[in-house]
Amino acid sequence: MARSVTFWRIVTGVAVLALWQGLVSANLLDPFFVSRPSAIAVRIATWIQIGTLWGHLATTLEESLLGLLVGAALGISLGFALARAPFVAAVCDPYIKMLNAIPRVVLAPLFLLWLGLGIWSKVALAVTLVFFVMFFSTYQGVRDADPVLVDNVRMLGATERQLVRHVLVPSALTWIFSSLQTSLGFAMVGAVVGEYLGATRGLGYVISQAEGTFDTTGVFAGMTVLAIVVVAASALVTRLERWLLRWKY
Amino acid sequence: MRLTFDRVTRDFVTPGGRTYRALDDISFDVRSGAFTAIVGPSGCGKSTLLNIAAGLLPPTAGTVRVGDQPLQGLNRAATYMFQQEGLLPWKTVAENVALGLVLAGTGRAEAHARARDWLARVGLTAFASHYPSQLSGGMRKRAAMAQNWIIDRGIVLMDEPFSALDVHTRQRMEGELLALWESSKKTVVFVTHDLEEAIALADHVVVLSAGPASRIVDQHAVTLERPRDLMELRTAPAFVEVYRAIWAVLRDEVVRSQEASRG
Repeated sequence: MARSVTFWRIVTGVAVLALWQGLVSANLLDPFFVSRPSAIAVRIATWIQIGTLWGHLATTLEESLLGLLVGAALGISLGFALARAPFVAAVCDPYIKMLNAIPRVVLAPLFLLWLGLGIWSKVALAVTLVFFVMFFSTYQGVRDADPVLVDNVRMLGATERQLVRHVLVPSALTWIFSSLQTSLGFAMVGAVVGEYLGATRGLGYVISQAEGTFDTTGVFAGMTVLAIVVVAASALVTRLERWLLRWKY
Repeated sequence: MRLTFDRVTRDFVTPGGRTYRALDDISFDVRSGAFTAIVGPSGCGKSTLLNIAAGLLPPTAGTVRVGDQPLQGLNRAATYMFQQEGLLPWKTVAENVALGLVLAGTGRAEAHARARDWLARVGLTAFASHYPSQLSGGMRKRAAMAQNWIIDRGIVLMDEPFSALDVHTRQRMEGELLALWESSKKTVVFVTHDLEEAIALADHVVVLSAGPASRIVDQHAVTLERPRDLMELRTAPAFVEVYRAIWAVLRDEVVRSQEASRG
């Protein structure tokens, strides 16, 4: 089963690329608009050869990871605090929803203005995306802790602090880990969108430069690198999640 | 440890704002070291009564006394085995069994040594480092039993602990429970909807009426001699006689509760 899945995954990917390449070669698609897989591969190889790729990639990863860490720290602590204080949570509820409803692209120019062209405006954008995912899962995880587990641990003699440590935190952690995947994706989106709108480094900057010169090959090459990085990172997160939630399997 | 219910009444407010009386003026006494079973049709407030005895739920009126002391807050003289075990899914079986000791501040090494003893007693030594999700239903019950009995409190409350098990596993668990209890001096309050189980295990059977406003409709002493052979007991004439006597009362309540639920 697993083996045939891998096999068919590769077949699907190769087929799509072959079709793309074939349509362009047969002059059915104009490479000016859609480039072609061979040119994209050559472009990425060139970037690797002359060494420009790594710097941009490192910048994007740095911004994403910082965004993930800061967003997670803020989201988890506030989620936990509000879940334990229902009154405050009820008061804050409409404001949290309002803030979450703001389209992040609108915030990006503001962050550029406040924090400049460097990495921090991108980190801030990533934080606004990651924070809410983490906040809602933590809040939900603490509130949804199984009442039987809570009662059982209390009957076994737990103090409030022990209850938090042995039941509420682990219960919330399962939700938090399950949302790591989403958070990581959001962190990268935040970083790249920020770079796209104004930066001097990073994959988003590379893509926006290419777009500025109608260089579709460059745009697709940038997107391809981004896609590969996301798939690799999410495979890592899946393994981490499996280990952290090993009691589920 | 003796446990006394003195005119215990419990009301709930329904989402519609009306008052629903679950328990009405319940008084009975559980002798120290005795095994008491509470039976009644489903929805009669058996679990509510146990939650009150555990201190998880305060009575609307009346008091529960533990020994001579009126119960306030959680009942620290009791352990409580729930219908769903309440094992923490993120802790191994050994960690779950040791939990009560760890919470009380016993050192890790000692807590785990004692947990190992208990795992051996309930036959789970080979599963010490498994997680609850990897155990069968019967094994989870054993782990929960060890988790409760390791902290050694005078009163053991059990809420239909074996109702989810198949008949054979259930009979084995009942046997293991009796063996544990007979080697202790603990007071057991065991809630079940299964009259056979109640008679097979208990010294004393309390019958609750159909809800709402459940009352005690009958109390019956079971004098079958101990130790009891659960494999043979259910067909013994003395068992059948007790069963008939209590069923004559319980039957009406079961019928009433079914009619009520049919609306």
